[in-house]
Amino acid sequence: MQKTLFDKLWESHIVDSIDGTDILYIDQHFIHEVTSPQAFDGLRRRGIPVMRTHKTLGTADHNVPTINQHLPISEPMSRAQVNKLTQNCDEFGVELYQLGHEKNGIVHIIGPELGVTKPGMTIVCGDSHTSTHGAFGCIAFGIGTSQVEQTLATQCILMNRPKTMRITVDGKLSKGVYAKDIILYIISKLTAAGGTGYFIEYAGSAITSLSMEARMTICNMSIEMGARGGMIAPDETTFDYIKGRERAPQDEAWEKAMGYWQTLKSDDGAVFDREEHFDASDIAPMVTYGTNPGMGIKIDASIPEVENIESFDKSLSYMNFQKGQSLLGHKIQHVFIGSCTNARIEDLRIVADFVKGKRKADDVSVMIVPGSKQVEAQAKEEGLDQIFEEAGFELREPGCSACLGMNEDKVPAGEYCISTSNRNFEGRQGPGARTILASPLMAAAAAVSGRIEDVRELIH
Amino acid sequence: MRPLNNIKSTAVPLPIEDVDTDQIIPARFLKALTREGFGDNLFRDWRYNNDNTPVDNFVLNNDLYSGEILIAGNNFGCGSSREHAAWALGDYGFRVVVSSFFADIFKGNALNNGILPIQLTADELDSIFKAIEKNPKCKFEVDLKEQSFTVMDTEEAFSFEIGSYKKMCLQNGYDDIDYLISQKDKIEAFENLQIMY
Ligand code: SF4
Repeated sequence: MQKTLFDKLWESHIVDSIDGTDILYIDQHFIHEVTSPQAFDGLRRRGIPVMRTHKTLGTADHNVPTINQHLPISEPMSRAQVNKLTQNCDEFGVELYQLGHEKNGIVHIIGPELGVTKPGMTIVCGDSHTSTHGAFGCIAFGIGTSQVEQTLATQCILMNRPKTMRITVDGKLSKGVYAKDIILYIISKLTAAGGTGYFIEYAGSAITSLSMEARMTICNMSIEMGARGGMIAPDETTFDYIKGRERAPQDEAWEKAMGYWQTLKSDDGAVFDREEHFDASDIAPMVTYGTNPGMGIKIDASIPEVENIESFDKSLSYMNFQKGQSLLGHKIQHVFIGSCTNARIEDLRIVADFVKGKRKADDVSVMIVPGSKQVEAQAKEEGLDQIFEEAGFELREPGCSACLGMNEDKVPAGEYCISTSNRNFEGRQGPGARTILASPLMAAAAAVSGRIEDVRELIH
Repeated sequence: MRPLNNIKSTAVPLPIEDVDTDQIIPARFLKALTREGFGDNLFRDWRYNNDNTPVDNFVLNNDLYSGEILIAGNNFGCGSSREHAAWALGDYGFRVVVSSFFADIFKGNALNNGILPIQLTADELDSIFKAIEKNPKCKFEVDLKEQSFTVMDTEEAFSFEIGSYKKMCLQNGYDDIDYLISQKDKIEAFENLQIMY
């Protein structure tokens, strides 16, 4: 029988099944400071070790400051949480990229960057954007703290198999349109709950022509339509990206791995529970106008005139936008370029390319938070830091930062922030903050003029 | 979790329909950081007056009734998803709740905390209430292995459904982590066969 890639990988990781629930074996477990402390406490209570320490990797990212990382964290509760992670990793023998380590960074950025994330794996982390790793042809998804404990204790979780959906995007992308626009466009079509119960495979020529960085942006936001995760079958682009990375297989092991990885695709004729098709030429640069990622429009479109939906009205009033309004030319006060959605080197290059020789608008604050120490180092090596400095963009140290506003990096109440992150929920970037999601290029353009721009008119 | 296999006990009747979790444990008692101590506030607002004196006619304050089994009206555990409701019932000492229907989330929460929800037909439930009315000290037997609930006075026996996995968890006192740990051999055998990672 023809099978989808998802089904093949899922089935090859079932240890056993019980009452329709599968014991799924996990190849790689990432942990961070916020969702792991109670899980380690559980192990301690039971008096058991971490079952496979070499399949577990920690990083401090959610709750860290993005300046002066060499100094002790000043906020006591953040400091306690980050210190607790260090203690737990020491005690249980788990490898940790602690704050300040040259390879520290956001969990979903460092996994791929180090070559830990590899095709065919099952990957979990106590963070919903674990779906990012699906870009390598993995089953990767976020879990709750009790499942973090399950994984630490047994390298397995109990889970029911989700349904499969294939989203095919064919055709050529227009100038100024990036991966972020593709995924915001898809979510605006399928809605923020449209993928609930499904695991998505992205396919089609517009997807396979993307770089790994761009593919990660797409898979990252699968969760924003309620899907459990998203994946893209590995191909030459994937293999080229992995080759030579620190934890990539070498020599003979590489050949062996390649032999397996090249088999990882959905069979011709495999049946998905649901299929969706989109035409790449219909996608334009996107912005969100509301308080969930499904509330997105093309930059030259107007906010829809939806009648009599209380939550829609509430959302617009939070954002202080009107039905029928265009966002083009709307003033913004903050620009955040960062998060596991768009803080890889390619994103920073796109921004630098655009702002080279330009300067930010006077009344706008611009923060660039690289996804990892390695991204930061690479940016400096390429001289991007110079370009940013001349443009008045502040280059920070890595972390989740204003993506979730757990540290000091918050947007003040009532002010607008054009952000390359993944969630525009009420209060996500700080109480009362108004978030407009967009691509790094859209964010860079808004930084320069202080207004939301149509980047297609600004690039040549 | 404490294993649950065979229970012989008297029962507490609560013939009220649609008991929601706000009644089982009111919201103001959810601030605690551990799972312990909720039993004192089980059915708090039905059980105590504003001045903390016991409400005389509430069943938990009536010495006639006691036991590890709660017999409740239709649609028990509706409303909020708070797991504290299951913690409160368990902490108070109930191991089994019988009703003609349970709210879905409550049912899952109960099972995850070692409490067996037994769903019977409305007629069967009715005959249990009648048996208790006749003899408050009437005993009941829960046999999880046989999936049967017996009114010991009348020897009437009713069967009930439970998924095999959750049944096994209750019998052994396992939660999901315990269960996975018990499968360690299988997991390690699986690892040895695995091709790549
Ligand atoms: S950057 Fe944002 S979405 Fe990504 S892991 Fe951090 S908090 Fe989660």
